Amino acid sequence: MGNQALLSLKGIYKGFPGVKALQNVDFQLQSGEIHALMGENGAGKSTLIKVLTGVYTKDEGEIFLEGQEVSIRSPQDAQHLGISTVYQEITLCPNLSVAENMYIGRSDDMLQNWKKMNEGATKMLESLDIPAKATQQLGSCSIAVQQMVAIARAVDMDCKVLILDEPTSSLDDQEVQKLFKLMKELRGRGVGIIFVTHFLDQVYEVCDKITVLRDGKLVGEYEIKELPRLQLVSKMLGKELDDLSDIKSSDASGETAKQGEVLFEAEGLSSTEGIKPFDFYIRKGEVNGFTGLLGSGRSECVRAIFGADRVVSGSMKKNGKTIKINKPIDAMKNGIGYLPEDRKIDGIIGDLSVRENIILALQVMKGFFKPFTKAQANAFADEYIKTLSIKTASADTPIKSLSGGNQQKCILARWLLTHPDYLILDEPTRGIDVGTKVDIQKLVLKLASEGMSVTFISSETDEMLRTCSRMIVMRDRKVVGELTGEDLTQNKIMSTIAGGEAKS
Amino acid sequence: MEKVSTKLKNMTDTNLLLTITIVVFILMYIGAVLFQGKGFTKPQAFFNILNNNAALIILSCGMSIVMITGGIDISVGGVTALVSMCCAVYLDYHNGNVAVSMLIALLIGLAYGLVQGFLVAYLDIQPFIVSLAGMFFARGMTTIVNTNPFNVENADFVALKETRIIIPGMGSVNKLGKYVDAYVEIGVVIALIVVIAMFILLRWTKLGRSFYAVGGNKQSALMLGINVKRTKFLSHMICSTLAGIGGYVYFLHVGSGAATHAQGAEMNAIASSIIGGTMLTGGVGNIIGTFFGVLSLSTIKDIVSSAGLDQAWWTGITIAAMLCIFLVIQSVVMARKKRAIRK
Repeated sequence: MGNQALLSLKGIYKGFPGVKALQNVDFQLQSGEIHALMGENGAGKSTLIKVLTGVYTKDEGEIFLEGQEVSIRSPQDAQHLGISTVYQEITLCPNLSVAENMYIGRSDDMLQNWKKMNEGATKMLESLDIPAKATQQLGSCSIAVQQMVAIARAVDMDCKVLILDEPTSSLDDQEVQKLFKLMKELRGRGVGIIFVTHFLDQVYEVCDKITVLRDGKLVGEYEIKELPRLQLVSKMLGKELDDLSDIKSSDASGETAKQGEVLFEAEGLSSTEGIKPFDFYIRKGEVNGFTGLLGSGRSECVRAIFGADRVVSGSMKKNGKTIKINKPIDAMKNGIGYLPEDRKIDGIIGDLSVRENIILALQVMKGFFKPFTKAQANAFADEYIKTLSIKTASADTPIKSLSGGNQQKCILARWLLTHPDYLILDEPTRGIDVGTKVDIQKLVLKLASEGMSVTFISSETDEMLRTCSRMIVMRDRKVVGELTGEDLTQNKIMSTIAGGEAKS
Repeated sequence: MEKVSTKLKNMTDTNLLLTITIVVFILMYIGAVLFQGKGFTKPQAFFNILNNNAALIILSCGMSIVMITGGIDISVGGVTALVSMCCAVYLDYHNGNVAVSMLIALLIGLAYGLVQGFLVAYLDIQPFIVSLAGMFFARGMTTIVNTNPFNVENADFVALKETRIIIPGMGSVNKLGKYVDAYVEIGVVIALIVVIAMFILLRWTKLGRSFYAVGGNKQSALMLGINVKRTKFLSHMICSTLAGIGGYVYFLHVGSGAATHAQGAEMNAIASSIIGGTMLTGGVGNIIGTFFGVLSLSTIKDIVSSAGLDQAWWTGITIAAMLCIFLVIQSVVMARKKRAIRK
């Protein structure tokens, strides 16, 4: 243990039923440094943060603050020790004033001294250069300012360790810059800052050190100068750069589609979810995909195409004709199907039967006042239960009693039934068993060979390499590259994700 | 216009809604004077509104506090009836003492707050359900204590009930040409004390601000280090205690016990709070607003009845219309404010 380490975690273990979320994780933070905590989803970042802030209690391991062992059992404990956290979601009260939010819940006095409080708050806001008035209602400030007020509260409580858990995900560029300025200011005051983010550019802009986690284990701690982006990405994904075993194993879909005519085209598309305007096209019978780290905007892109988020700019063409998609039903009428990322929330309707879930999309297109007869519905359901080999007791079984993979097949059947000529699959293989994953990939290739265009998104690059003939690479909500043919390799994808310095 | 919108932007939601309430009340009273003629110009007309609604003011103050904390309490009407009946029975059948009857009222309120607060805060049961049960229980108990309604004849109590506090210089000359002093009942004094006390509580104490914080965002309040459970518990404690006090003031005004007393008082209290700018979603509200809310509600009732539309349904319909208009005004102003902020 470095003798001046501000905070040091040693051998932290934390398990949940069936999962080892953290295994033997060490972490060190010096005062006056900004330390990035990186890792893909499920790597254990948030668990580590929660252990540190007392939301979870650790199973094993020790936490030292300024060389002394501490035990943290609740968020209040953490606050008293000087560990403050600013979450992605604002945890302040929007109906109170800025000053109140900075001071409430901190003392046991009976009375509220408005004058003293407002003076203290004004001083703090001024010293941190936060553009807010102490008496202003918090809800009337922008999200960025609210976040800064949360930080000001932490600073005012003399925090030694400040944890910023994805603070930038809902901020625009300008607001991010303001936040960074504030972070650097605090670093100058000797505060140790832990910065969790998905944005690589931001890490390289403000951080001094990086600690990478993967699958609940520590990968390593690095000086920012010693870890180029490319290596960071490879460490996060756990793929060695020179790992050549991942060469595209099946090129079944590939070449035939290249000459097909353009089926769907989008230009300058952007939505309220904050993706930068992007162009996109897909040919008939082609399988393409969006790739990038989590939070890079993969899903947001396809959601914009399908009209699931509100589109703010851009135009779309299908078969050369301009179309307008404002809401999902418009997309469906134009022969576009979309299998959403989160099956449980956006996909299945748990209490309805398999049959009803399958015919849902077609029913919506036909209109609810012209229901299918029972015989028709049964015929549809039986057909797809057979072709997709969905394992269910009967078509009447409630869908929630099926396994994840079979639920996913039902949703797939729902869209196939509408006979789309362009199908978007967002993470169709997440959380299902390996056998079904392979089934779904095969199905995608088969559909493409029958002339359907498919956009396939998966966090597992291997799957995408196997199925896609063209991949669009995204970083920080921007399309940063497009790979086809021989470029479709793990290495090339990683270097494109890492961007910048890989090219030079 | 620009100036107005920046002013709007810098106002807290609570103050904004309060301003709307007061402006609307004043406009309404002026309207009443203009269209309904002389009756409303006499100070006593205004004091009568206070006399008749002192209990409602107290109940509404408690209601506003639970609503600000994000809850609701629909048992206050039942508690009022229970308090009236218990005190009536004690005073007349047991030849009781007035001071002790006040204590009984207070204890009933405290007991209600203790139980309901515990159930809501520590067992995390929906406040609506808890107080619904509380309401049924109170009404049932009232009937068990005594089935038949009766007037209290205890001499001390009647003397207290008849006590009038003369307001100097506000009197008026009646039809016979005789000068009549303007007066308020004791209940009004109690109500005003409650209003001031609750205003101070909400504005200048940590507890009061915690009510707002918990109502604004429970999760955040917890993260900010507020004891959310205790805060919720205390909000119910205060509301039910005020229901006990309000119940006694009601009793003092009507001077009788009956199972049908204060029927729908809880709904009037909710309506007054809402008119006064308290939001059902919690976190926004003001006691002064609630006070004006009660006045607005009863002024409307007076206007309706002095216009000769004295049937219950007319009152109901006008109150409904007024609530609607109020909520629409509130949501329009809030939406405009949000838009101003976004710009």
